[in-house]
Amino acid sequence: MAHAHTHDAAHDHHDDHGPAKGIGRWLFATNHKDIGTMYMLFSLLMFFIGGAMALVIRAELFQPGMQLVDPMFFNQMTTMHALIMIFGAVMPAFVGLANWMIPLQVGAPDMALPRMNNFSFWILPFAFTMLLGTLFVPGGGPAGGWTMYPPLSQQLGDGFPMLIFAVHLMGASSIMGAINVIVTIMNMRAPGMSLLKMPIFVWTWLITAYLLIAVMPVLAGAVTMLLTDHYFGTTFFEAAGGGDPVMFQHIFWFFGHPEVYIMILPAFGIVSEIIPTFSRKPLFGYDAMVYATASIAFLSFIVWAHHMFTVGMPLAGQMFFMLATMLIAVPTGVKVFNWTATMFKGSISFEPPMLFAISFLFLFTIGGFSGLMLAIVPADFQYHDTYFVVAHFHYVLVPGAVFSLMAAAYYWLPKWTGHMYNMKLAKAHFWLSTIFVNVLFFPQHFLGLAGMPRRIPDYSTQFADWNMISSIGAFGFGLSQLLFAYIVFACIRGGEKATDKVWDSGRPHGLEWTLSSPPPYHSFETAPEVK
Amino acid sequence: MSDLEQKKANRSLTRQLWIFAAGSFAFGFALVPLYDVICDVTGYGDRTKLVEASSFTAEEDKNRTITIELLSDSPQVGDWEFRPEQGSLQVHPGRLYEAKFYARNMRTQAVVAQAIPSIAPLQATKYFHKTECFCFTPQPFDAQQERELTVRFIVDPKLPQNIDRLTLSYVMYDGKSTS
Repeated sequence: MAHAHTHDAAHDHHDDHGPAKGIGRWLFATNHKDIGTMYMLFSLLMFFIGGAMALVIRAELFQPGMQLVDPMFFNQMTTMHALIMIFGAVMPAFVGLANWMIPLQVGAPDMALPRMNNFSFWILPFAFTMLLGTLFVPGGGPAGGWTMYPPLSQQLGDGFPMLIFAVHLMGASSIMGAINVIVTIMNMRAPGMSLLKMPIFVWTWLITAYLLIAVMPVLAGAVTMLLTDHYFGTTFFEAAGGGDPVMFQHIFWFFGHPEVYIMILPAFGIVSEIIPTFSRKPLFGYDAMVYATASIAFLSFIVWAHHMFTVGMPLAGQMFFMLATMLIAVPTGVKVFNWTATMFKGSISFEPPMLFAISFLFLFTIGGFSGLMLAIVPADFQYHDTYFVVAHFHYVLVPGAVFSLMAAAYYWLPKWTGHMYNMKLAKAHFWLSTIFVNVLFFPQHFLGLAGMPRRIPDYSTQFADWNMISSIGAFGFGLSQLLFAYIVFACIRGGEKATDKVWDSGRPHGLEWTLSSPPPYHSFETAPEVK
Repeated sequence: MSDLEQKKANRSLTRQLWIFAAGSFAFGFALVPLYDVICDVTGYGDRTKLVEASSFTAEEDKNRTITIELLSDSPQVGDWEFRPEQGSLQVHPGRLYEAKFYARNMRTQAVVAQAIPSIAPLQATKYFHKTECFCFTPQPFDAQQERELTVRFIVDPKLPQNIDRLTLSYVMYDGKSTS
C-alpha cells in the first residue's frame, strides 16, 4: 500500500487509485466489486461442499441396502446439504450479484454502507466453519433435517449450540446485506432514475431485501427459543412444560416460506434481464413484472402452513392455506407469460446465458406445477415427506435458482473480468447440466408418487431402478459443475477482450453497459444522468 | 445531493431498517402468545378438550342391546389357530365387557405376533372403545404355544340408533422379530 503514494499526495485523494495490494485488499475490502467477488467465490466453494454431501447421499441411494455410510451420518448429510446449499451457496451468491450489479445498475459509486458490507461478508466464513465443525464434535452434525424441528433437534450433541450460533451469524449477515441493498437502492440512484425506471434485477432485489429483513429475524427468534429451551429451562416447545412443538413449525415456516421466495425473486430478476437482451426486444410488461414480484412477496407471508397440512389444523385453515397457495400461481403465471411474450417474434440467439435462462423458464415451470399439486390438501396428505416433495423443491432450486445464477455469471462475467470466456465449453456445460439435472430429479417424481419417503438411507427394492438412474444423474450433474469452475477461473485469468457492451445484440440496456469491461475499480464517482 | 446530505439520508434509512429488523425479531416472540390466542379462539389443540376426548365415562343403557360379532383370521393357512371363544355376545351400551380369543402358534419356531383390529360398520368405529386389548402390544409366542387373549371394551351410548350389530374382527400377523 505504501509505495503507491510517492507522487503528489495532495491531489491523489481524488484520483482513481487502484485496489490495495496483498491480502489487505480482501480482508479490509470496502469496494463493492471486491466484496461481490468474495461473496460469489465463497458461494462457489460452498456449492461444491454442499454438492459433495449430495453425492454422498446419492451414492448411498444408488442401490437398496446399506453400503457406504451409517444412517446417522446419512441424516447429517441430508441436513447439512440443505443448510449449506441454502445459506451458504444460493443466498450469498445472490448477495454477491447484488453487490456487483446494483451500484452499476443504479449508477452509484459503491454500496451505501461499505464497512457494514465488509462485516456482513466476513461473518460468513466464521458461520460456516462453525457449522461444518459440528461434524467433528461428539454427537456429530445436525441430523434432524434443516428445519430443526424440536424435540429431535434438541437431541443433537455438542454440535447444538454451534448450529444455533451459525444460524444466528448467517441471519445477521443476511440482514446487514439486505439493509445495505435497500439503502443503496433508495438513496443512491442516479438522478432521473425513478423507481419504475430501475432495472428489473434491482427491483427484485429491493423486494427480496425487504423479505429478508422481515423474516430472518423471525428465524433468529425461533432458534433462540430452541437454545433457551435447551440450556435455560424455558419450555417454548416442550410439551412437558406447557409448550408446543407444533408452534416451532409455525414460526419456522413463517420464516421458511418467504425464504423460498428470497431464493427465487432475484432469479426472476436475472432472467428478466437476460431474455430481452438475447431476444432483441424490450421486456414485455415491465410494470406487470414489478407488481407480480410484489404480489408474490406479499402472498409468501400468508401461505406458510401449507408445509404442515399433515400436522393437523382446522378445515377452515386448510382451505385458506390451500387457496392462498394456489393464488401464487397467478403472479407467477404472469411472469412466465411475460418472459414467453418477450421471446415471441424476437430475434433470438442462443449464447450460454440465454440457454440457461430458457432452461430456467421450462424447468422452473415444472417445479411450479408440482408445487401446485402439493398445495392441494388431500393430495398433499399423500405426497407429504415423499420424494415428490424432494423433486419439487429441487426443480425450483436447482434448474430454478442455481441455473439463474449460472446464467448471471455467464451474462456478466465478461463485464466483470474484461475477458470473454470459452463459449464452446460454456455451451457444453449448459447441455451437460440441463440433461443431467433432469436425469437426476425427474425420476424422483416417480419415486415419490410410488411412496418412497424422503430422508431415508435405505429403501424397498421396488424403488431400485429410478434411484439408480437418479444417482447417475447426480454424479453427471455434480462433475459437470467442475467445468463451470474451470470456465470461470480461465476467464478471470485471461481470454479474448470483451467490448463494453459485451453482447453484439446491441441491446443490453442499462448503465452497467456504459462502463468499460472490466469497469474501473471506482465507477460512477460522478453520477450519470438517466433520461 | 451533497456527500453530507447523502450520508445523513443513508444513516437515517439504515436506522429505520434496523428498527424494522428488531421489530421482526420481536414479532417472532410475539407469535408465542399469538399462537395460544389462536388456539383458544379456534378451540384447536385445546388441552382440556384433548384430555376429555381421551377419557370416557358413560351410564349403562339397559334398554338397548347391541350384538357384537367376533371374527378372527390370519393371512396364511397353517400358521395360526386363532378363534374367538364365543361367536357373538349381547351387550348394553355404557358397560364394560370382556371377550376372549384363543390363539395357538402352529409352527415349530417362536414368533412375535401383532393382531390388527377392525370394526364394521365403519361409522361405528369411534363409538367402540377398547380399554384393553391384546392388539395394543406385540404378543410373543413360543413354538406351538397356545394362549388366551383378552379384549375389554365399552360401546358408547351415543352409538347411532340405526346400528344394532357390530363386527369386531382381528387379523393375526407375524410382527417384527424383537431379537
